[in-house]
Amino acid sequence: MQPTHRSNRILQPAKTWFIHLSLLIALGLAYIPTGRLPGVPDWVAVVLAFWCVREPARVGMGTAFVFGILVDIGLGAAMGQHALAYVVLAYLATSLSRRVLWFPPGKQALHVLPLLLIAQTLMVVVRLIAGAEFPGWWYFVSSLTGTLLWMPLTVLLLLPQYQPVERDANRPI
Amino acid sequence: MSLSGHPSPPMFRSGPTPLARLLVLVAVCLVMLVADLRFRYLEVVRQGLSVVTHPLQVVAAAPVSFLRNAAVYFATLVEVQLENAELRGSQLEAAQRLLRFEQLERENAELRRLLSMAQSLAVDSVAAQILYDAPDPFARKVILDRGARHGISAGLAVVDARGMIGQITRVYPVQSEVTLLTDKDQAVPVQLERNGLRGVLVGSGGGRLDLRFILEGADIRPGDRLVTSGLDGLFLPGLPVAHVVDAQPATGELFMNVVGEPIARVERALQVLVLGRAEAPPPRPDPRTALREERPAATATDRSEP
Repeated sequence: MQPTHRSNRILQPAKTWFIHLSLLIALGLAYIPTGRLPGVPDWVAVVLAFWCVREPARVGMGTAFVFGILVDIGLGAAMGQHALAYVVLAYLATSLSRRVLWFPPGKQALHVLPLLLIAQTLMVVVRLIAGAEFPGWWYFVSSLTGTLLWMPLTVLLLLPQYQPVERDANRPI
Repeated sequence: MSLSGHPSPPMFRSGPTPLARLLVLVAVCLVMLVADLRFRYLEVVRQGLSVVTHPLQVVAAAPVSFLRNAAVYFATLVEVQLENAELRGSQLEAAQRLLRFEQLERENAELRRLLSMAQSLAVDSVAAQILYDAPDPFARKVILDRGARHGISAGLAVVDARGMIGQITRVYPVQSEVTLLTDKDQAVPVQLERNGLRGVLVGSGGGRLDLRFILEGADIRPGDRLVTSGLDGLFLPGLPVAHVVDAQPATGELFMNVVGEPIARVERALQVLVLGRAEAPPPRPDPRTALREERPAATATDRSEP
């Protein structure tokens, strides 16, 4: 796998345990009780979108469903609310993956922004139909912060794959 | 495996297409949403799976509680002195009222014994602290640091020093979720303290409350105090809930538009008390055991005809 399709560098394959660990860490971050602070990114959605774009054959709608249910339980939201949003997000992200990887990370983020907004809009629609209160436009800021996280996340989550194949004891990194 | 948007040729195809998988999962999600929001069938599943997520939640809440403790530690001397003075004042006031209350309670018990009435119920209460706002942005809920292990059960009333702030709606082993009065789904049966007029108080968004089912022309005016009526069999009667802010007749409708404002610091309280009834209220009478004579004569004769 290359960092982007234009790049010449070949990365090591992503390890399954690392993918799951990153999703679990994102889940833990989502569980941090921040109250009504606006602009807290939806960590699980961003990491899920990232792996759906990078590894569409390994992370998809099934993973999205499971993690969506876990987020629903942890946040006390309606069961299936985040699951629905994440499943649709995963579907869209996997279908965009071949296109997105031709772009540099900054432009990839621009592709991800509408996906995150669609996921949030779905949740709002579902809850408004069920008779909840509109949370205000600040609610959608978290998609923007999630988009801003795309570049640092690309660096961070691809870091293990940049390791050389042959370990050299004399090499500093 | 075929990826969404890139179908593989039929001879390599294995399993359902991505679109089919999407539709199945979306359907499952929608069924779960209806089952949870409409019928509350999934509480058992939620409780079961929350055992799995609980350790992660504890770890995630650790930095927040650390920051909270640090803030308490670094509170300035002036703040503490101010708070102390305020507390001394309220303590004095409370002590004075408590003295009178004790005397009245003795008197009340004496009078009840004289009249051979049932003794009023003793009340169980659990002091609790609000940990944080529930993360669900669509509802007004808070999380308490007391749960099923401390004897809290769903349905109990939650009050702060001034009055009612909400009701326990979901109980976890060591935490519980309070739906605040200002939530759109929270209803409290109340009555007017001045004349006993009954109604139902419902959150209306934006921190205001909506008093429903007050007939046109009823005696209600701004400034009236609303207390719980206790008719639901859950809340103790007489807990202060709200002040009437505005009461206007609605044109062309049966009921008036009455707007209330909560008495308690619903969105800002930190220390609260969970009040429970010591005993369950008596069961409702079975309608089949009603005496036939009490029905209006016309319906009774209608029924008796074959």
